[in-house]
Amino acid sequence: MEHIVIIGNGISGVTAARHIRKNSNKKVTLVSAETKYFFSRTALMYVYMGHMKFEHTQPYENWFWEKNNISLKDGFVNHINTAEKTLEFKDASKLSYDSLILATGSKPNKFGWPGQNSEGVMGMYHKQDLENLEKHAPNNEVCKRAVIVGGGLIGIELAEMLRSRKIPVTFLVREASFWNGVLPAQESEMINNHIKEHHIDLRLSTNLKEIKADASGKVKSVILEETGEEIFCDVVGLTAGVTPNIDFIKDSGILLGRGVKVNRYLETNIANVYAIGDCAEQHEAIGQRRNIEAVWYTGRMMGETLAQTICGNKTEYKPGHWFNSAKFLDIEYQTYGWVFSERSTKEDEAYFQWKHTKENKCITISYDKNSRQFLGINTFGIRMRHEIFDTWLTEKRSIEFVLEYLADANFDPEFYKLHEAEIVAKFNKEHTTNIQLKKKSWKRIFNKA
Amino acid sequence: MKLIKNIGLVVFLMGLAVFTALPLLGTFNLNEVDFKRIVTNQNIKSEIFINDIQSNIVGKEFTGMQALSPKIANAINNANKTHTKNREWSKKIYTKSSDMAAFIGKKSANGYIANNKGFMWLLTFGLGIIGALMFIVPNVVLLGKKGIKNDGIYHASATNQGWIGWMVFIFLVSFYIVLYFASEYATNWTLLVDPISEALSGNPAGHWFVYGFMYCTVMTVMAVRMYIKYRHNIYQVFRTTSVLFFQIVFAFIIPEIMVRLQMPYYDFKNAFPLDYDFFFQWNLDSLIETGGIGIFILVWGIVLTLVIVPIMVYFFGKRWYCSWVCGCGGLAETLGDPYRQHSDKSLFAWKIERYLIHAVLLFVLVMTAMTLYSFFSDTRTVLGIKTSSVQSMYSLVIGSVFAGVIGTGFYPIFGNRVWCRFGCPLAAYLGFVQRFKSRFRITTNGGQCISCGNCSTYCEQGIDVRAYAQKGENIVRSSCVGCGVCSAVCPRGVLKLENGPEDGRINPTEILLGNDVDLMELVNKK
Repeated sequence: MEHIVIIGNGISGVTAARHIRKNSNKKVTLVSAETKYFFSRTALMYVYMGHMKFEHTQPYENWFWEKNNISLKDGFVNHINTAEKTLEFKDASKLSYDSLILATGSKPNKFGWPGQNSEGVMGMYHKQDLENLEKHAPNNEVCKRAVIVGGGLIGIELAEMLRSRKIPVTFLVREASFWNGVLPAQESEMINNHIKEHHIDLRLSTNLKEIKADASGKVKSVILEETGEEIFCDVVGLTAGVTPNIDFIKDSGILLGRGVKVNRYLETNIANVYAIGDCAEQHEAIGQRRNIEAVWYTGRMMGETLAQTICGNKTEYKPGHWFNSAKFLDIEYQTYGWVFSERSTKEDEAYFQWKHTKENKCITISYDKNSRQFLGINTFGIRMRHEIFDTWLTEKRSIEFVLEYLADANFDPEFYKLHEAEIVAKFNKEHTTNIQLKKKSWKRIFNKA
Repeated sequence: MKLIKNIGLVVFLMGLAVFTALPLLGTFNLNEVDFKRIVTNQNIKSEIFINDIQSNIVGKEFTGMQALSPKIANAINNANKTHTKNREWSKKIYTKSSDMAAFIGKKSANGYIANNKGFMWLLTFGLGIIGALMFIVPNVVLLGKKGIKNDGIYHASATNQGWIGWMVFIFLVSFYIVLYFASEYATNWTLLVDPISEALSGNPAGHWFVYGFMYCTVMTVMAVRMYIKYRHNIYQVFRTTSVLFFQIVFAFIIPEIMVRLQMPYYDFKNAFPLDYDFFFQWNLDSLIETGGIGIFILVWGIVLTLVIVPIMVYFFGKRWYCSWVCGCGGLAETLGDPYRQHSDKSLFAWKIERYLIHAVLLFVLVMTAMTLYSFFSDTRTVLGIKTSSVQSMYSLVIGSVFAGVIGTGFYPIFGNRVWCRFGCPLAAYLGFVQRFKSRFRITTNGGQCISCGNCSTYCEQGIDVRAYAQKGENIVRSSCVGCGVCSAVCPRGVLKLENGPEDGRINPTEILLGNDVDLMELVNKK
């Protein structure tokens, strides 16, 4: 029987394993050195914050794997022998495969800062990082201050985690405004303010120069690049992005770039070796996507796609319309289609923006100035329907159409105050149009379902 | 703020301590006149019992119910023994000894507590309410910006099945045992609320009145907590207001006022089969005897169960009842909210749940069928089984032990919906309607789920919400009471409770939204 070995039991590897099992009776082995059972990485923060126990982050009960005949192998792969189709483990054991799927995920970036390997310096990615944080920052007596380096999604989550235990946090962000490489200024500024409202010491346009350790090798302070200021701290969180976790693949003959190079079928240069998820790098970008997409959803989609190929239904990886979501402290964010920050907008793209006067709610709709085509939406503090926007993007609807039917897209809980009328009124005023907001219609909403 | 909270905690614990000590305190001195009245009212014909009480209890002072109650139990036992031996059935006393002790206790309480009801009320309920509010209200500031605030739930002893949780468990279980099985020990509690009971129904309070009053008080105080915790979520605010309204007005005030107006005591929202004794002979007799309003109640009760309940479930899901109207649900959503995360999410628990809740439904239906058969055919037995013994078994095992002692007592250990999930026959009935014929579902928002598990963790009904959400499937489960907390705690805006067309309500998906696998459209459609 064909043996499929998957290195990595994150969302990509597990999705591939599950779908291979659904569609075939091939032998499937999931290899991981991190944890025996699959857990949701995105939920690690809630364990530290006391919202959940670790077991709650595991989407499948422990009996699930045996019942579905998916073997779990606990081990760290040192070397991949692609000629003999064998994996060599750190403990010298070996495992042979017929097809190999690399789903090894990412690791936190370290940019060669002096002292970056001191004790108490950590990323927030692996389960071991969580354990490390629990050790170095159990409370605000052991950890009198933490410094977080890098203003992305993991950075703000780490800040939220530490604040949940009342640990003072200094948050170093290289950009002039939080995540403004991705977010339009209106939204980036709203998040800046929200971060400060949570009593986080946000330092914008600030770089790390070095990390200082005490005699025992434990972090003691950080020095800032711009001012030379020294900030004393017990924990340093490195959250300046992630890189594919591929060090052990280097001498295997598998073609690597920043990640494992794959074609649209997720195949590497070596037959029967595939890569999916964070560690995969497309030869050429798909649409406006990046070559490496370290996102939960894309990992899952690659897993679904590759399972088809492996089970005999050769399928190209064709991610649909871009979507994503996040939560910045108390503010929920969703995005559908493409909304770029001011820095990266193209010439014919324009924004329509609306912001609530008091609450942390705003939207940015991106559209084509000439064709009026709706390109994407960022929504903060208002939930919107994925399916509706997916349909509108496919149907290449105009911004006027989107606004007219905006009520259909609302996904907030019942009885929430609706803002569509205000939003449409603002657009009408700015564009001297006369769009009449249509009432929400179940028929239209579920037409597609 | 912290200080206010801590003072509040101390004040609350003082009130709780006095309340907890009360069953064992107080003096009782039964006088001749009162005893004669009890004998007449209870229609006691046993001269052995009367003599026994007269010589051993009347005119003597007892400190604490624990001194009085065994004497009464003895008197009943001795008298009944003799009467059984002599086959004097008409003299035998069928009143339970704890009920008898409660009657006598109520009449004979004469000490400090009986004479200072108002002050004692302040020392117990008063301190409890003030302390609890002092503990809860500072959260407006302490919880910080509005939003989901579940920080530290699994670090705190009270909410992580730690020693505080177990203490609460012991307290609640003991309280229900007193209430159901040793009500004479509640005598002093009844004294505290006599003035309120007299104002409402004109009668002195019994232990069920204490329970009703406490229920409303606890729900109100804990509703304040809900309002603060979920102040960003208007659905939770409306829902909490609704259960509070129905508890206070429909379950508590209206029945008491009906008694004052010489009408039967009836809670208009309490639907059969949750209201399991609705068709019991004594109830039917009393309703029919009352005429007018009684007949109306009889018709209403039947229409409620057979017409109103299913139609409402069709349009809104069973949430309209379970988390907007029901008293059990009301307590679970207020007092029980801090414990919602303890419901077991395993497949095994789901299996147990289905067996148990449907067995209870079957039990109540068989019992009611027997009851009605006996009622109309005027027999006491069905197929040789005594209807009344089936009824008492249900009352004891399901009505008291399951719904009360386990249902509420186990909040801190098994979560706040133990009864609603595993036992409530009405919930089972509504569940069938919700699962097979309803517009209600929890919509999953395309492919946005990140499998974090907040929804499953905080589902009080033990539904593994994530299992559906991560597959892009809507949640259409018979047990969902529509509390809306899964949607509230979701960090990615994935879940929404809504009532929509039945078409497409159940949507198994092979491939999640976002992935453009053309061929899969065929697979999904097959």
